[in-house]
Amino acid sequence: MVDRPDYRTWRDVPPMPVCWYPSALGNPTGGWRTYRPVIHMDKCIHCAQCWQGCPDAAIHWVDDSPEVDYEQCKGCGICAHECPVDTIEMVLEVKE
Amino acid sequence: MRKVITGNYTASYAAKLCRAEVVAAYPITPQTSIVEKLAEFVSSGEMKSQYIKVESEHSAMAACISAAQVGARTFTATSSHGLVLMHEMLHWAAGARLPIVMANVNRAIAPPWSVWADHTDSMSQRDTGWMQFYCESNQEVLDTIIMAYRVCEQPDVLLPAMVNMDAFILSHTSEVVNVPDIKEVDAFLPPFSPEWRLDIEHPKSFGSLAGPASFYMEWRYKIQHAMDVAAKRFKEESRAFERHFGRPWGGLIDCYRTADADAVMVAMGTMASTAKQAVDDMRDKGHRVGLVRIRAFRPFPTADLREALKGAKVVGVMDRSHTFGHEGPVFTEVKASLYNGAARPPMAGFTVGIGGRDVLDTTIAGLYGRLYDALDRGLGREVSWIDLKGDEEGVA
Repeated sequence: MVDRPDYRTWRDVPPMPVCWYPSALGNPTGGWRTYRPVIHMDKCIHCAQCWQGCPDAAIHWVDDSPEVDYEQCKGCGICAHECPVDTIEMVLEVKE
Repeated sequence: MRKVITGNYTASYAAKLCRAEVVAAYPITPQTSIVEKLAEFVSSGEMKSQYIKVESEHSAMAACISAAQVGARTFTATSSHGLVLMHEMLHWAAGARLPIVMANVNRAIAPPWSVWADHTDSMSQRDTGWMQFYCESNQEVLDTIIMAYRVCEQPDVLLPAMVNMDAFILSHTSEVVNVPDIKEVDAFLPPFSPEWRLDIEHPKSFGSLAGPASFYMEWRYKIQHAMDVAAKRFKEESRAFERHFGRPWGGLIDCYRTADADAVMVAMGTMASTAKQAVDDMRDKGHRVGLVRIRAFRPFPTADLREALKGAKVVGVMDRSHTFGHEGPVFTEVKASLYNGAARPPMAGFTVGIGGRDVLDTTIAGLYGRLYDALDRGLGREVSWIDLKGDEEGVA
């Protein structure tokens, strides 16, 4: 991860609003979620449709398998909708 | 090579000569033949470009934004309701500092439906951060598109540019246009190679959130700063263009017989080329009249107008659109530009040519007559609707 630049004036910042990936790290937004995607790996065919469909890059591809980043996943359910073998379950979040 | 072509085809040739790498296309009268011709160029292999057919003008601009963000030179064309539908994305293109060039065919806004010349479409986009250029001839359309790319892609400018031409008067009228060889254009316009771009090798995120205490205000100031730089560059590049191609167009403004003029008219687009004829006719009759043609409405030529109008005894401004509840927008801005200057001549605003109503040389000669009346008898009505059927009501 790149360190945050020390901007002081308008002269220091790039011409357009730009930040260095992954700027969302350290800024978790998973708490917005109402439903949590749970991938049942026994039926997973490793097609990566969930990874491709995630609008927030919150599914990582690790050892040829999807892994949900619950720090960033906001529970939109696109992965579950796209999954061709219906192996992603949207589970209601409950306060422990 | 000299060709007899319409304003629309001229814009297509310009985009080809500039080697636009991505063209997003959605048809709208009277722009459609611009993107049709580009489709022909691409399908025949004459032009190497990614041609994207989209479902709306909003999407056309979104496609240009994405393509420019990865570093492609982009072009699109629109008109009227298409431009108005793009409005949100126009803000985005400028805020993201993407040097997209777009031809806009100035056409009236409905209702009632009208496809004829009127500047309401582009005037409504005044505050989006786009540079706006207005053309008086097909040749100027071609030349301004080339100049627009050269100015807007400079690293300290990086702003989108809209090149405007009047519906039908240019878009569908054939004129002799000197179409340069692409090698001549290559020598003038280097390839687009932005430092800041989407690049999977060097990931960055563009256009995310900035809070009130962060740098949002600074990024907005940077757009203003870039406009100031662009004003300087547009004048320099107009001179460079003249040296390279041999065609002078003026700078942000084009002054016609203003040096000793008592009555000066300010106008944009094809009304200004007609006004030149009116100036010649009036001069032949011994009247010292002149014309200032605004080429760049954004960046606005405040200093240039102060200089050009400093000797005028009376100034008129012709507007082909109207801000309801006020007056013509060009009138407002020209007046404001003189307020803190050395000279403050009396000024009259003329709302004229709305919805494509003809603006003849004789119409404009009549406006010069009104300016002389203002000199003799004082400024009566500050804003007038010209060639209105029936007298205007309301306070003078």
